[in-house]
Amino acid sequence: MGQTISEKIFSSHIKREVTAGDLLFSPLDLMMSNDASFPLVLEALQKIRGYTPKEARKLVLILDHYCPSPSQEVSRIHEDIKTFAHQFGCTLYAEGEGVCHQLIPEKGHIRPGHLVIGSDSHTTTYGALNAFATGVGSTDMAVAIHYGLLWFKVPSSIRIEINGNIPKGVYAKDISLHFIAKVTSRGANGLAVEFSGDTLGKLSMEGRLTICNMVMETGGKAGIMPADEVCRAWLKGKGVTDVLPVTPDRDASYDREYSFDISSLEPQVAAPHQVDNVHPISEVKGKKIAMAFLGTCTNGRLEDLAVAAQILKGKRIHPGVVLVIAPASRDVMLEACNRGYIQALVESGGMLNAPGCGPCVGALGGVPADGVNVISTANRNFIGRMGNVKAGIYLASPATVAASCLTGEITDPRTRTTSSPRREKGIRWTRKNWPAS
Amino acid sequence: MDPKKLARFLMEDIRPGFGGTVCPGDFLVAGENFGCGSAMEIAPMVVVGAGIQAVLAKSFARTFFRNAVNLGLLLVACDTEQITGGDELALDLEQGLVRNLTRRVEIPFQPLPDLMKKIVQAGGVIPFLESDEGRALLPLL
Repeated sequence: MGQTISEKIFSSHIKREVTAGDLLFSPLDLMMSNDASFPLVLEALQKIRGYTPKEARKLVLILDHYCPSPSQEVSRIHEDIKTFAHQFGCTLYAEGEGVCHQLIPEKGHIRPGHLVIGSDSHTTTYGALNAFATGVGSTDMAVAIHYGLLWFKVPSSIRIEINGNIPKGVYAKDISLHFIAKVTSRGANGLAVEFSGDTLGKLSMEGRLTICNMVMETGGKAGIMPADEVCRAWLKGKGVTDVLPVTPDRDASYDREYSFDISSLEPQVAAPHQVDNVHPISEVKGKKIAMAFLGTCTNGRLEDLAVAAQILKGKRIHPGVVLVIAPASRDVMLEACNRGYIQALVESGGMLNAPGCGPCVGALGGVPADGVNVISTANRNFIGRMGNVKAGIYLASPATVAASCLTGEITDPRTRTTSSPRREKGIRWTRKNWPAS
Repeated sequence: MDPKKLARFLMEDIRPGFGGTVCPGDFLVAGENFGCGSAMEIAPMVVVGAGIQAVLAKSFARTFFRNAVNLGLLLVACDTEQITGGDELALDLEQGLVRNLTRRVEIPFQPLPDLMKKIVQAGGVIPFLESDEGRALLPLL
C-alpha cells in the first residue's frame, strides 16, 4: 500500500514505515512559540522534574500577538521570553519583526519533509513548503523542548484537488473559503489535507501560505502542498537549497477526495460567526461595514498589500470606515514602503499598525464598536474574536476588503469603484451628514 | 496560572455562572466538535480546573482533544443524545460503555488507543513520561 505525504514524513522521522492511525513518539525539526502561548509553556516546563531545555536550539520564539506591548503585564511576559531565549540559545524575533506564521517561512526555517510544531493553531501554514506542520498546546511544547520528541497519531489524509485558471478578482483567500464551505469547519478534523491540481502551479508562494493557513479552519491537522519549481525558487531566495520534495505514492490511500474547478469562482465571503458560513459575494454585497482590517498571517503579505494598494491608490476610503493595516512582517512592510504600497494605503485613509497580530485577536490596535460589521482579511470570525462580542466579522480577500473600504459596504472587487466623494480634507461631520453604518 | 481560579469562566459565554455549579466528579456533556478553535491549552485547563471528571461529546476538535489528553482529562466520544442534564452516569472504560443510570441505557464508545489511555491514566503526558513505563519507552527512540 502506498503512502501519503504525512505517512512518509513520519516514517522518515522514526525510521520505520508507518501508516495512518499509528501512535508514536517522533523527533522534531523545529518548534515555534509566541508571546500568547509561551507563558503557559514556561508553566508547563516547571512541571517537568529537573527540566533542561536541551532542544531549545530548535525553538524559535516570536513576539507578535501583543506588540508593541499594551500593558506592564505584557511587557513583563516579553522580558521573560527574551531572557529564556538568551539563556538557552533559542532564535528570537522580538517586537515588530512580524507575525510568527510569516516569519518562520520568510526567514528560511522550513524545508520540505520537515516535521514542525507550533503552539499556535495556524502553524498549518508551513505546509505550503511541503512540510508537516501542526498546532499544539503548551504541555506538548514543554515536552518537545525537554525531551526533543512528541507523541503523534499519524493522521489519515484527505485530498483536495484544485483545477482551473484563477479568475480575475479571485485570490487564494477566495479559493480557501470555497473549499472550507464544502469541507466544513469540522470536515477535516484531525486529518491531514493534501493539495493537488493544476491551480497550485498558478499560485505564488504567498497564495499557497494563505491556503495552508486556512486549512486550520476545516479542523485539519496539517495542510500540505507539493514542492514544485515555484517552491524551490522561493526557498532558494531564502538561502535554502537542500530541498528533497516529498510526494505521495500513486496508490496512497485517502479518507475522502474533493475536486474543485475554480475557473468560474466568484469572490467569497465568510459571514459571522463561523468561518464555514461562506457566501459568494453576490449574496452579501451591500452589507454596511464600519471597520476594515488588512493584515494577519493569512493575508498580510506583500502580494496582499499590493492588491489593496492598487485598488485604493489615488482614492479616499468611505468616511464611515476605519481601515487598519498591519503588514505581516518588517520585511514585508519595508518592501511595501519601497514599492509605494504603504503610501497609497495611508493616503487613502488607512491607519498603519506595527507588524503583528494585534486586531485579529482583539489584543490591541483596532477593536470594533458595538453592533458594527468588520470586513477583515483574517482567518477567523468567531464571536468576540476582535475584542467585541457585539461586532460581526466578515472574512474576505484583500481585494474585497479594499473595494469595500471605498464604498462603506461589502463590495465586489471586480466592479469598478470610485473614490468616496464625501470624504474631503477638513470636512466637518455633523448629525446631518454623518454616514450611515 | 491557577486552573481553579479559571474555573468560574467555564462556558461563561453560553451559560454565565455555569462554572460555579460544577461539583468535583461531574461530567460535562456536549455535542459536535467540542473545543473548536484555538490550540491554546487554556480551554481544557478550565475544564480540569472546574473539577470535571470527563467530557462526553459526539466529537472533539483535534487540538482540544490533544491538549485534554496531555492534561489527563478523560474524553469520551459517544452519542450524547441519550443524556440530559442531571442524569447520573457511570463510565466503564474497559468495555467502552457509558451507563446512563437515570435512563437505564448503555451508550457504547470506542475506547482510546492504548498510548493515549496510558497518558490519561497517568494524569497527563508529563507524569506519563516520568513514570517507569514512559521512561522505558524513551531510549527506544
